[in-house]
Amino acid sequence: MVPAVVKGVAVAATNNELQGLKRALIHQSGRSNIRVIWIMAGITTMAITLPLTAAVLPEDRFDALFHYYNGGGLTVQGPSIQARTQIGNNTSFSAKYYVDSISSATIDVQTSASKYVEKREEQSIGITYLRDKSTLSLNYTSSEENDFDAKSAHFSLSQDMFGDLTTLYMGYSRGWDEIYKTLKTNGNISRDPGFAKEADRQNFRLGISQILSKELVTSLNYELITDKGYLNNPYRSVQFTDGSKLQEEYPNTRSSNAISLRANYHLPYRAALHGSYRFYSDTWGIGANTFDIGYTHPYREQWVFRSHYRTYAQSRANFYQDLFDPYAPQNYMARDKELSSFSSQTVGLGVSYNLVGQGRGFIDKGTVNFSLDHMRYNYDDFSDLSNSSRNPYHFSANVMQLYLSLWY
Amino acid sequence: MKIHCATLLLTSLLLTSGCSLQPWVKPYERAKLADPIMSFDPNPISTSYINHIYEAREGARGASGGEGGGCGCN
Repeated sequence: MVPAVVKGVAVAATNNELQGLKRALIHQSGRSNIRVIWIMAGITTMAITLPLTAAVLPEDRFDALFHYYNGGGLTVQGPSIQARTQIGNNTSFSAKYYVDSISSATIDVQTSASKYVEKREEQSIGITYLRDKSTLSLNYTSSEENDFDAKSAHFSLSQDMFGDLTTLYMGYSRGWDEIYKTLKTNGNISRDPGFAKEADRQNFRLGISQILSKELVTSLNYELITDKGYLNNPYRSVQFTDGSKLQEEYPNTRSSNAISLRANYHLPYRAALHGSYRFYSDTWGIGANTFDIGYTHPYREQWVFRSHYRTYAQSRANFYQDLFDPYAPQNYMARDKELSSFSSQTVGLGVSYNLVGQGRGFIDKGTVNFSLDHMRYNYDDFSDLSNSSRNPYHFSANVMQLYLSLWY
Repeated sequence: MKIHCATLLLTSLLLTSGCSLQPWVKPYERAKLADPIMSFDPNPISTSYINHIYEAREGARGASGGEGGGCGCN
């Protein structure tokens, strides 16, 4: 969410103008003070809502990204293509296509299954409507995997105010997931006809962006997410101290709260500092803190260099254990490492090169971008079962992005 | 009647004082804020992908600026 920046001159109703109007109204009407006061209140309210300056639609742009992830025995790669175009003065359309091609032999797979290859495809379409200082967006997303289908609808509304120094934002999303299990028969993979589960999700978002000074802009965001239905993985098992295994059992509801604060500061020379913090907690007992700091430095007209450092720490879900006691049964049991206690650190570098300096034909601007992130995950209470020492598990991963962006 | 008038006058003055709150950063002072390097999300296609990476590997979700979608990424 970015606060709208005024383009053009703001016309404000000043106290002097309102006072002059009041004197004119009293002289002309000769009516009672009450009617004048209500007229003043009405004019004041109109002045607040009249478009002093308009908000703007998102930029028309085309992006083509190639992404590559490798780490922890998992390789995921594929394209992501996104386009947005404005139709008329008030409406903008967007579309996105995304693919994950997955080759996996993660620690979970090593302990309970064999290496597998999978593909996930996701498509999105959206529309944004602008009226004066308000922006309304609707988006629909669907994705398909060999054992998981998801659909979601998203609504958001933003409102600029106080001379475009402040932007209020609210959003709502609804998701519908269908979970299946795959069977491998004679080398062919198909869905198990006897297994089909559902899960629904709702997201409620509130946010405010505030320009604090000529160099500083901040953003505060809150999101409530509720899930109900089948929320666990149909393939994963929990482990007991006697070596036995049992299918995971999760609660069928989950509710989470997340609040984040972000700030961007423009340094005295042309460069920017970025900082963010997010606090998270949910009804499964997971608590997490996320910090991210970054630095952006343009060089001459063509180059922009970026760097960032992110740290994340999480406490485990209250029904997670690495090993369960077979003589102390629990209603809910999980051994998903994503629900364990762990920490992670990410260091990232990125560079952009401006291909099209002052525009060429219908292209206003074009950049080629490359970024590389190195991630390390260290688990406190998830052990590596691939060897007899059962040391706490850890892995590192590299994430590469190469993409072209065009503005028109 | 006088109390009623005073109440309405006070209400109107409060509304007027709210209207008179002038932007402390004038439009002609926002050049640095309009610089693309100051955007919270200069490359949405990249941000969306990185958020997807983190949500598939971490228990926390939300308040990261994206709208997300379902994924059996576990």
